[in-house]
Amino acid sequence: MALRDKQGRPLVAVTGMGVVTSLGQGKDATWAALTAGKSGIHRINRFPTDGLRTTIAGTIDFIDVEPFCAPMLSERLAMLAAEEAIGQSGLASSEFPGALFIAVPPVEMEWPQREALAKASGQTGEITYKDLLKAAATGEFKKWHDLFIFGTVADRVADRFGTKGSPISLSTACSSGATAIQLGVEAIRRGETDAALCIGTDGSVNPESLIRFSLLSALSTQNENPEGASKPFSKNRDGFVMGEGGAALVLENAEAAMARGATILGYVLGCGEKGDNFHRTRSSPDGSPAIAAIRQALDDAGVAPDEIDYINAHGTSTPENDKMEAMSCTAVFGERMASLPISSNKSMIGHTLTAAGAVEAVMSLLTIATGRIPPTINYQVPDPAIPLDVVPNVARDGNVKYVLSNSFGFGGQNTCLVFGAEPKGA
Amino acid sequence: MRDVVITGIGIVSCTGEGLDVHLAALSGAPKTDAETFAPYAVHPVTAPEWDRQIPKKSDQRQMEAWQKLGCYAAGLALDSAGAKEDAELKNRMQLIVAAGGGERDYAVDGQILTGLRSAENPGVFLNEHLMGDLRPTLFLAQLSNLLAGNISIVHGVTGGSRTFMGEESSGVDAIRIAKERIAAGQDDIFLVGGAYNAERPDVLLIYEMGGFLWKKPYAPVLSRPADGGGMILGSAACFLVLESREHAQARGAEPLAVLSGVASGRSRRKPGSVEQALHGLSKQLDGKPDVVISGATGVKGITEEELAALKDIAPGAPVHASGDVIGHTMEAQAPAGVALAAGLIANGKASDALVTSIGHWRGEGAMRVTKA
Repeated sequence: MALRDKQGRPLVAVTGMGVVTSLGQGKDATWAALTAGKSGIHRINRFPTDGLRTTIAGTIDFIDVEPFCAPMLSERLAMLAAEEAIGQSGLASSEFPGALFIAVPPVEMEWPQREALAKASGQTGEITYKDLLKAAATGEFKKWHDLFIFGTVADRVADRFGTKGSPISLSTACSSGATAIQLGVEAIRRGETDAALCIGTDGSVNPESLIRFSLLSALSTQNENPEGASKPFSKNRDGFVMGEGGAALVLENAEAAMARGATILGYVLGCGEKGDNFHRTRSSPDGSPAIAAIRQALDDAGVAPDEIDYINAHGTSTPENDKMEAMSCTAVFGERMASLPISSNKSMIGHTLTAAGAVEAVMSLLTIATGRIPPTINYQVPDPAIPLDVVPNVARDGNVKYVLSNSFGFGGQNTCLVFGAEPKGA
Repeated sequence: MRDVVITGIGIVSCTGEGLDVHLAALSGAPKTDAETFAPYAVHPVTAPEWDRQIPKKSDQRQMEAWQKLGCYAAGLALDSAGAKEDAELKNRMQLIVAAGGGERDYAVDGQILTGLRSAENPGVFLNEHLMGDLRPTLFLAQLSNLLAGNISIVHGVTGGSRTFMGEESSGVDAIRIAKERIAAGQDDIFLVGGAYNAERPDVLLIYEMGGFLWKKPYAPVLSRPADGGGMILGSAACFLVLESREHAQARGAEPLAVLSGVASGRSRRKPGSVEQALHGLSKQLDGKPDVVISGATGVKGITEEELAALKDIAPGAPVHASGDVIGHTMEAQAPAGVALAAGLIANGKASDALVTSIGHWRGEGAMRVTKA
């Protein structure tokens, strides 16, 4: 078997995967629920939702951290996913022999901490940042510096698993998880490392982050039936549903992986990315950047459009994304798009934001491994403008060798990955 | 491996804008504002004429200060690389931005905190006020990757963009990854840099909680440890255009300097670890520095360790603290250090520069810049 691709670069194998979503801990739990068409979306009970337009999310409520805040939960989700992935890979769990690339949500101090500082300041009149600073100067809150700076989650994960070199924390908004994988692929192809731990994590469903998306009218407000709210590609879709999740992949130089007798779960064959300068939150109406990213990923993989058996969609359930994604896929895959299965995991786990690209990468690889295509649930009212095979409501079997996974984000981010059962060797 | 050259630099800070004023300020004291956030001093940016790099007022209105600074410096870098008007080039130019997050609405935060104290149902009160009082587009000024997004929109740099986070280290690693991708032939040209707005109470708050801020009258970075140590944050942005030597030649761009090496790591900090780490990084770079641009913070312990290591690594070479020119600018510190080094080399004032970036809390980085 050729261990280099058509461009002579080392092949990149996946040897370990781990996932936590609102559907459960571990990739088996998430996969079983996902292929059963089960939704992890529910009413938010983590904080009061009075006065909010959206009161549902795919929060992960079976994991507790202290103090409860986005960086702590995101860190925990990353740790759990990485433990599972490294465990599966058979690599050393405390001396991981490669680099860490981790997509983390942008963090900042949250309201409980601001309130604690305000209280500690002793101010009884109007509170300003001067008062918070006065409380900070007491030195009583030293730990919160570490907790709320941007590099801390990565640092702790690097400590726990003993990854090599300076860990990279990154954000490309909703395509972050895919970018973490892309960085790992590039590093292995350069020969810089034989292994990379690539993680996407997001545990940031809190009042302010939910309200921020709500104020941009990005979220579904179909609160009555939480499990039915995320309906990608349906005519009555009205926004995404926030979700939480963590996913980790162990990538290895295929030659090194085989030499150590590792089980290869699949290959990351290609990556593509293209910036969009149309608008801060909206995509170019002609879809050209998304089209370019898909084509680049296929080219990079050496896979022809006709060889793709399934598309794991970005499929957020926003009116705009789903339309743009359908159009872009149709531009690349042509008439075949009408019968090429494309489904959205987000119909069940919601939009796990920073983690989404990594979570969906694992689901793409499980689709290849099991020959089972997860459905797009809540597909009751087809959108005539999107005449696609969205694998409506029920999973189906299929012989899936090559998968395209799309990730698009605010700020003109478009990242696409191609996974394969077998390498496209020279 | 291909040579990676620096062909464009854009920098704006308390010292002004452009490389020349920053080189002239290598010996001197930076503009300091000790009043606005007393007892915390900051090095406030000398506000540029935004219109010159961000022509549309609508774009300016969509951005908060950190994004405007970054966008402005990115434009200066593109101009200096002769790339600004080349749409085809910018369409395939890759972007790596080192960033934290954006500003908050301080008045709203204060009102909410005041109200929460007596609210009957604090959770409901918080929801109501966040829903009612937050400006919807503020989120877009806060998201880490939206500096990159704004650079794409304002300047048309759309090859692909990635945002690295993680304080000082993210600046070093942004430069490192860009360099490695160019050297390995994965890409030809990058716009890399970072931006920081220090004139905001929420960032002062984070670093004051950790006990990192200098609260005495201004003193140069390297002399602060003797008096307790601490950093003075600065508002600044710096972007670099990096490309392969062949690519620069082919488009007729004049290299200012060569980016010969970037090394970064993460020591488990304990006494002596920074000194040891810097020795290790400098070995990887294999240079004979005749000048050092230090990104030192002035924080006690790590600053002295850096100076001790530099005595061995760069004996006799003058050490300039970039913090004395622009203040401490977190994610932007490493790009700014490389810019200053490239400027000295381009002007014939040095031939082999070492740029350091020792994070205030974690992460050690060193970069080597040499003659083109």
